[in-house]
Amino acid sequence: MNKSETRDKAILKTVKFEVLRYNPAGNESPHLENYSVPVTKGMTVLDGLNWIKEHLDSTLSWRSSCRMGICGSCGMFINGLPRLACNNQIVHLHSDRVVIKPLPNYDIIRDLVPDLEGLFEKHRSVKPHLIRKDTAEQDSPTGEFFQSEQELLNYIQFAYCIKCGLCMAACPTVATSEEYIGPQPLTAGWRYLSDTRDEGAEQRQDVLYSSHGVYRCHFAGACSQVCPKGVDPALAIQMAKRDAFMKGFGRGKKRSGSSVIPPIQDWTPRGDIPDAPAKTVPQKSE
Amino acid sequence: MQQRLKNRLGLWGWLGGGRYGLDRYAYSLHRLTGLGILAYFIMHIFVTGQRVGGPENWDSTMAAFGSPLFKVGEFLVVLAFAFHAINGIRLILVELGWLIGKPGVPSFPYSYSTLRHKPVFIIFMVFAAALMIIGGVDFYFVMK
Ligand code: SF4
Ligand code: FES
Repeated sequence: MNKSETRDKAILKTVKFEVLRYNPAGNESPHLENYSVPVTKGMTVLDGLNWIKEHLDSTLSWRSSCRMGICGSCGMFINGLPRLACNNQIVHLHSDRVVIKPLPNYDIIRDLVPDLEGLFEKHRSVKPHLIRKDTAEQDSPTGEFFQSEQELLNYIQFAYCIKCGLCMAACPTVATSEEYIGPQPLTAGWRYLSDTRDEGAEQRQDVLYSSHGVYRCHFAGACSQVCPKGVDPALAIQMAKRDAFMKGFGRGKKRSGSSVIPPIQDWTPRGDIPDAPAKTVPQKSE
Repeated sequence: MQQRLKNRLGLWGWLGGGRYGLDRYAYSLHRLTGLGILAYFIMHIFVTGQRVGGPENWDSTMAAFGSPLFKVGEFLVVLAFAFHAINGIRLILVELGWLIGKPGVPSFPYSYSTLRHKPVFIIFMVFAAALMIIGGVDFYFVMK
């Protein structure tokens, strides 16, 4: 080990992890279990859980995959807020106690594993994909559906969602209503409803503006506060309400599937783009 | 399928603001004050309805409701009304998409609607507080 490695591995402090344990097969009721975890520089809550699994208790269960905040599977209720375990360093929690519970508002499958199926079902219900009348064009495209930069900016933020479900865990309306569609699916619905290439408004509106749709939101803002991707579901939902209101007065933005434009033919690349480096592996065709 | 443990937060989930932001507390308070005002309204209809029973009936009812306990209760209604009214106006504007900014490309540290809205929120709450103070002065010193 060289010098810098030893420094990085130095134990900064020992932190008490209090983790909710629940085993559906066992006869113990859900309870918090304590573990002492030595914290090193840069260690995330997910690293801490891995450490526990490796050194203290191999039966501890949770869901994670990418460990870099992109797969959205490690959502947990950490020190009072829904967060991604891999996205939060232990020292940044500024506490010697780390209390970890499974995401609220979802059934618990085991330990820290929430049942997200309900979320995905609601997500599917808003038909989160481009719907076009010219399905032939969609299946075998002859060009691209036109969209201006501003039209893209109107929804791109809502397309950053990783379906981690933290927003649903934070939402006070989801807490009392099982039927409320919730921030994530409503945002996904608005993302497509406001896409100028889309023609599926009729199919989507019934869900979005149903009695369990956007009007159940009363702007508690917790969803936007906890979203790890800056998606801002609260904004999407208010925009959906505004759109319906304006349409009621015949003033909403008219959106009807943008036209197909042929691929640009004569273009010259910008001069300042460097050439790709030489291939290091011989190519098959060469 | 194996047994799932229910974990929906229920009533405490919407009432308890926890570590969330101000808007979340305003959300709970808006509902609570709404329920309070509704309760007052029902009582109000019952009380004023006593007039139908003649002047004696009315006087005895008024005497019963003149106790300090009801006086404080009435003042709470003034406070609840001030908050509910001002916050309600704020919510109408927000739900029409005003005062919360526009979508953009998210880049860390993220800017989001409730964060951008915070100064407006505070201004509205100052208005509500002013209304409460005016209401209080009017209630305890002017209206006697
Ligand atoms: S909107 Fe944000 S918090 Fe909600 S599921 Fe998507 S990424 Fe997660
Ligand atoms: S493990 Fe993928 S988001 Fe945390």
